[in-house]
Amino acid sequence: MTIVYTIVSLSAIGTLAAVILYFVAQKFKVYEDPRIDDVEKALPGANCGGCGFAGCRAFAESCVKASDLSDLFCPVGGNDCMTGVADILGMEAVVQTPKVAVVRCNGGCDQRPKTNQFDGASSCAVAASLYSGETGCQYGCLSHGDCVTACDFDAIHMNPETGLPEVIDDKCVACGACVDACPKNLIELRKKAPKDRKIYVSCRNEDKGGVAKKSCSVACIGCSKCFKVCPFDAITMANNLAYIDADKCKLCRKCVVECPTNAIVELNFPPRKPKTDLPPKPAAKTVEKAAAPKESATDSQTENNETK
Amino acid sequence: MLKTFKIGGVHPAENKFSADKAIEKLALPKSVFIPVAQHIGAPAQALVKKGDQVKVGQIIAQAGGFVSANIHSSVSGTVKKVDLATDASGYPKQGIFIDVEGDEWEDTIITDDKLIEKFDTDSKTIIDKINAAGIVGLGGATFPTHVKLMPPPGSKAEMLIINGVECEPYLTADHRLMLEKGQEILVGTRILMAALGVNKAYIGIENNKKDAIGRLKELTASESSIEIVPLKVKYPQGGEKQLIKAVTGREVPSGALPIAVGAVVSNVGTAFAVYEAVQKNKPLIERVVTVTGKSVSKPSNFMVRVGTPVNELIDAAGGLPEDTGKVISGGPMMGKAIASLDVPVTKGTSGILIMPDQDAKRKTSQNCIRCGRCVTVCPMGLEPFLLMTVSERQIWDRAESDCIMDCIECGSCSFTCPADRPLLDYIRLGKGKVGQIIRSRKK
Repeated sequence: MTIVYTIVSLSAIGTLAAVILYFVAQKFKVYEDPRIDDVEKALPGANCGGCGFAGCRAFAESCVKASDLSDLFCPVGGNDCMTGVADILGMEAVVQTPKVAVVRCNGGCDQRPKTNQFDGASSCAVAASLYSGETGCQYGCLSHGDCVTACDFDAIHMNPETGLPEVIDDKCVACGACVDACPKNLIELRKKAPKDRKIYVSCRNEDKGGVAKKSCSVACIGCSKCFKVCPFDAITMANNLAYIDADKCKLCRKCVVECPTNAIVELNFPPRKPKTDLPPKPAAKTVEKAAAPKESATDSQTENNETK
Repeated sequence: MLKTFKIGGVHPAENKFSADKAIEKLALPKSVFIPVAQHIGAPAQALVKKGDQVKVGQIIAQAGGFVSANIHSSVSGTVKKVDLATDASGYPKQGIFIDVEGDEWEDTIITDDKLIEKFDTDSKTIIDKINAAGIVGLGGATFPTHVKLMPPPGSKAEMLIINGVECEPYLTADHRLMLEKGQEILVGTRILMAALGVNKAYIGIENNKKDAIGRLKELTASESSIEIVPLKVKYPQGGEKQLIKAVTGREVPSGALPIAVGAVVSNVGTAFAVYEAVQKNKPLIERVVTVTGKSVSKPSNFMVRVGTPVNELIDAAGGLPEDTGKVISGGPMMGKAIASLDVPVTKGTSGILIMPDQDAKRKTSQNCIRCGRCVTVCPMGLEPFLLMTVSERQIWDRAESDCIMDCIECGSCSFTCPADRPLLDYIRLGKGKVGQIIRSRKK
């Protein structure tokens, strides 16, 4: 008999508790849009923060809340993923050009000799908080790999020969983690071009030409030659430094040929035909000459700006 | 039983090789580079331009705000240029290059060594003179002294503490100054007391400088307002908060300034500079710098003009030894390795330490073994192992709530860590970031 009483009383308690729980759950129910779950499922689930939100769930919530998707974009999933999200929400996806991270420093160990040795904690952030770096260039890569640590997608690696990070374009999702991690602001997210072709000024040295050239043989010396040769107005000069606007650049490669220090880098292009191949630039006559053409160049630049 | 601070602290080897070397005047350099930011606060604004003739003691850069300090020419000659150059901070900074020609001083400066004891006791007159002379804390923090002498409304200074601790190993600049310029330091102390309106001053000196304690005790035998306090040898006793605790037993609350417990702390070097500024009209253009190291052939204490390149000091101390691993501006605990020997001596340079290669190399960092030694030695009662981890992982809110801003960067944790972890490297980084966050919140 004891067993029967036990079963009956336990069942009674269970049923009572279930009824109470049911009413409590009804009373304190929080309504959540079921589409949030759907949108979250459509997202890649990387939780990288590249969209600017704390994770995929937070991004999904703001997608559902938003009146249109123009300000919201998941760089990892790209346009396909955003189309999926737009379908769920019955909105229109805004197509964005995919981007890729680009490291704007070209000063490897051979081009940018070390002037001292750092033996503190192996972190770019720590090194940058202490001094300008192991080389004469205070703008260049510190080579401790904070960007590599920051990358969740295994898309950036240090090249042991040059001591510079290299981006694997296929893996890079342009989440921007490395951009934030770099204390020297060397990494930029640039528009992806067909066949992963790229032309950019791989330098951020704002020193005057002579100073820049002294510390690094591939530094931008601000000579403005590329600025003058560019047929598409894609190049701007500021603080002794050229910058190529990826939106305007048509990848014609004229600036690459013109650059006296090879600071402008072209990537993933087929080899040039022999007739356009210029003889290699003489590296010797640099330091004295670098500063001289600069002033006249800056003048002509301002003139150009005025005439525009 | 000698007084000291209660929690934490370490005992690094003292290595005070230059303790018995009298202060020598260093020969004038050929050219100097005088940075316009040699103090905490806003950089000074340059008043001279290329080609200007300057005299010793002439003001060449005007204070750029309330917390800032004037900069004076330490030499006479022609201004070569006003440009950027790397200083001991490791980054290029604005400064004034002067080519030295002769040694012509401003007429108002009294250049002889005769002791002048009488001074005008009006607080404002003294503070104005100190402000004009561009005096900053010479212990290393380089906080403008005139700001310290004007406590914020609502707080009142009760005592002045003169810091003669010099707890950094190797350094002997303050030690020599106390021995050789004891009378001047005492006059400087009285001037500072008058400026603050206090009638009690303590001079804290660690017990490894018995001769300095003896000398100053002898000079103050008939004076009850200045008391010499011998302290137990322990690093970092020269830290402002540690010194206040050691001398008075009072503890400065977290985030507060020493004035919160009624104390104002100044270095002995600062007291001497105050004496020279008020009594001799001489601005802060030179300071004592110890040049030392295990393999340095002639460890010395030099009276150096501000702006002199470090390599001239090293040459005068017998040249750079062959086994040099690092050249450090400051002491071995808190000093900073310099990347070039062209950096100038500034107002905050207390020593140039040349470390042999085997001592200078840092060992490879290993995993934390949870021994808790860093917690035991932290003089601020923090948990360095935890602060390092949160800084490394960039958890800034946690770093802030764990009082990272109370860290005085003394380096006791890194010094004592058996796993050679770069604790202070990361804590300093975190402190910078959290400081930024706090400032941006206030705006």
